[in-house]
Amino acid sequence: MTAITAPFSARLESRTARRLLLLIFGVVAVLLYVLFQDQGTLPHDKAYPLFETLNGVRAWIEENRDSLGVFGVIRGAIGGLVGFFDAVLAGLGWPGVLTLAGALGLIFGGWRLALLSAGGFAALGILGLWESSMATLAQMLAAVLISLLVGIPLGIVAGRVPRFAAAITPILDAMQIMPTFAYLLPMTLLFGIGVAPATIATLIYAIPPALRITALGIRGVPKATMEAAESMGSTRWQTLSKVQLPLARRTIGIGVNQTIMMGLSMVVITALIGAPGLGVDVLRALQQVNVGAAFQAGLAIVILAIVLDRLTDRAGERMDPRFRRPGETRRQRRIVAAVAVSAVVLAFLYARTLADPTAFPDTVLVDFRDPVNAIVGWIKTTFVEATNAIKNVVSFGILNPLQGVLTSAPWVLVVGVVFAGAWFISGLRAAVIAAACLLITVGLGLWEHGMETLASVLVATAVTLALGVLLGIVSARKDRFRTAIRPILDAAQTMPAFVYLIPAVALFQTGRFTAIVAAVIYAMPPVIRLVDAGIRSVSPTVQEAARAAGSTERQLLWKVQLPLSRRALLLAANQGIVMVLAMVVVGALVGAGALGFDVISGFTQREDFGKGLAAGIVIVLLGIMLDRITQGAGGRPSTGAARAG
Amino acid sequence: MQQSRLARLTAGVAIVGLVLSACGPAGGSAAPGSAAASPAGSEAAPSAGAGGNIKIAINPWVGAEANVAVIKSLLEDKLGYTVTATPLAEEVAWPGFATGEIDAILENWGHPDLEQKYITDEAVAVDAGLNGVDGIIGWYVPEWMATQYPDIVDSANLNKYAELFKTSESGDQGQFLGSDPTFVTNDEALIKNLDLNYKVVYSGSEAATITAFQQATDQKTPLIGYFYDPQWLHSKIKLVKVNLPAWTEGCDAVANAVACDYPLYKLNKIVAKTLADSDSDAYKLIKNFTWTNADQNLVADYITNQGMSADEAGDKWVADNEAIWSAWMP
Repeated sequence: MTAITAPFSARLESRTARRLLLLIFGVVAVLLYVLFQDQGTLPHDKAYPLFETLNGVRAWIEENRDSLGVFGVIRGAIGGLVGFFDAVLAGLGWPGVLTLAGALGLIFGGWRLALLSAGGFAALGILGLWESSMATLAQMLAAVLISLLVGIPLGIVAGRVPRFAAAITPILDAMQIMPTFAYLLPMTLLFGIGVAPATIATLIYAIPPALRITALGIRGVPKATMEAAESMGSTRWQTLSKVQLPLARRTIGIGVNQTIMMGLSMVVITALIGAPGLGVDVLRALQQVNVGAAFQAGLAIVILAIVLDRLTDRAGERMDPRFRRPGETRRQRRIVAAVAVSAVVLAFLYARTLADPTAFPDTVLVDFRDPVNAIVGWIKTTFVEATNAIKNVVSFGILNPLQGVLTSAPWVLVVGVVFAGAWFISGLRAAVIAAACLLITVGLGLWEHGMETLASVLVATAVTLALGVLLGIVSARKDRFRTAIRPILDAAQTMPAFVYLIPAVALFQTGRFTAIVAAVIYAMPPVIRLVDAGIRSVSPTVQEAARAAGSTERQLLWKVQLPLSRRALLLAANQGIVMVLAMVVVGALVGAGALGFDVISGFTQREDFGKGLAAGIVIVLLGIMLDRITQGAGGRPSTGAARAG
Repeated sequence: MQQSRLARLTAGVAIVGLVLSACGPAGGSAAPGSAAASPAGSEAAPSAGAGGNIKIAINPWVGAEANVAVIKSLLEDKLGYTVTATPLAEEVAWPGFATGEIDAILENWGHPDLEQKYITDEAVAVDAGLNGVDGIIGWYVPEWMATQYPDIVDSANLNKYAELFKTSESGDQGQFLGSDPTFVTNDEALIKNLDLNYKVVYSGSEAATITAFQQATDQKTPLIGYFYDPQWLHSKIKLVKVNLPAWTEGCDAVANAVACDYPLYKLNKIVAKTLADSDSDAYKLIKNFTWTNADQNLVADYITNQGMSADEAGDKWVADNEAIWSAWMP
């Protein structure tokens, strides 16, 4: 069994034989392509019957929603929870919220974090966006609370029961990769317009990381510890509550953190279905093509993200006894807590004396709108020739040929090459899954659009990985560089893409290349972070040994650091692909067309719903395909081999 | 260890308790004035305005925002209503008539399928008459092209210029820039049926289209694409409409066979049946509301080019134009 599921390459003893096989394989594929080009292709058929069938899903929802009372109950409950947080924030007023943020910073991290936290919240008011920020924060708190209530228990189960974990993995994949646009419309039909469907859309995106990271934490508890607990007669419940959970706390803290980040990335999308908050400001600015105003609101989202990130990050560390600050006494901690609580009480009482504690005093306003617009105007006219040339080189030189091959080759040949390639890299199981994804794409009637999107995704991923690995290596070797780029990476990940799409269009015109630029900006930060973390985790002893043996810095990097951080590099590649796919729909807003456009038109045009849904599914399939192929790269065992062994 | 955890727990409980007490009195016993100001999240809560709450959709173009700004100003300041204005795409807003989440759409660009479903079949929405704005959809080029190539404004000559419009996205053909998938378009059929050597490349959003036309004007680069009027961009740069074969009644009946220009859209208002049945002042105001392309463009210009918020723009127009709006009042 192991022999068959293991990567094909692993079974070939000699390196020459493997190279020879690869060569033959390549030559055969090229020959077949030359012989059968433009035959057996699947041009896009707008009137593919399945789309109409899928339109029926929507019609069914419309007809039956009144009889499905449960949706009304869910809507009411979620609306109530968001309303509760709204009321809490309004009750605290701006002085209360600022002080509470500072107090939490003080308790979790100390004075510096307290200043960052309170200062960040003050900045939201100073930007003139207090009210929108609080609306967004209330929705975020509700969404994160529910995500954790669902994600952590399920994550614990997934961490303890491998079969459950295996069963839900594809569902989690779909939840994360399926573009929100594809199901946004039916959701408003079921849950109405406003905060309820918005929160549910956020949940779908934010539960998977909470669940996955919790499961990872539980699984990460050393076997020996578990066995020790069991041998002392602990029940399963005792092992969980006394051993696994405490030891997994730090990891679960990371899960909370990631859940918040995922939630914030949904802010603009939720504004499309009537949820108030910062997303509305971004959307309205976009309508007026006012980059400065969009930036102003986007900056508020970034600030909110950074403050919440640092707060939860430190809170997670505090939960882990290993990270406790040395020399800190109980008494000191108690004093800090007392100071924090009394500050919040005082601020709350002060807020009560204000006429309207929810209105931030608008005497101090920092306005980025005009300067940003001036800068954008300058960039637009100064670089346009150079950027246009770059776009043309990439589009004509790489993108068009690649897309041409993928769409003009017989579809059977593409499936065959993917199957053989996946088998070679990652084993038979991965090959079967990859080929199945492509066959379902054929069945869904979106082959040509799928191949067009695949071409852009491949180019975007290649650029992301090339730049990301390079910057990740620099970041791992130069602490100062790492400190300098951290806020930039935070901003790139949380600034809504909508903000920088307009300057990108001005520089690169509408089209696939502009979409690739947006995808690279969004997908690079996690790649840089993972590569950085991977190289830094290489044991210092090993590096010392290499240096002692006379390795140059270059040799150290290529022969020691990179090979030893292979797992992190693969994870980086994997995350890069997922993030690039998440931008397919956003890319369609600037002219990338293909699947992303199908999804958007499914959201906005009644008769295109079925096609949009199908396109959303194809994006998921492409994601699963690329994931399975890359998982086995570099000899990392595929899931199949792992289970067989 | 145990005690320090207790300390932290106490602090946490104290903060949560405080937070809970904070939200309690906000609605009730707090200082006068603060109750109305707290934005209660529950959507069912009755609003403070004497006339009640009117929920209007702001569809995603600035003209729609201008309509809403003026009506909102009048409803709130002159008639004592509160207005909840929510930015929503048309397709998302219409179902709101059925669920009571939307009371009015002030500018409808002809959506026969939605009208059929919500006005005719389900009878949850009602046509509230024209808003006076004429919608023009068509093919546009930047002004410099019409000056340099005078005969480009006739679609019959477009093949001559296809070479100019070639881009990395359009292959051997000229690129025709399509727009947001939300909009009504016949461009692919037109290109096929008029035998034009062009390919429709969708910009994907209104913002991308506007940016493209701005750059084509500033950089004098060739561009032809789908655009419309009223639109605030026309007050900033000049675009010239390309003449397609004239529209005649029924020439666009079959979607795949269209070979004529877009019709002139008489834009209308749609309101929820419940609002119409109430026959309230709000309904009368919305029903009477009618202005011109110039009026709308003026308010859109306030919002887009003069740095006013939508509310400020609405208030300013109302202050300056009593002669016009007094005719709409119930």
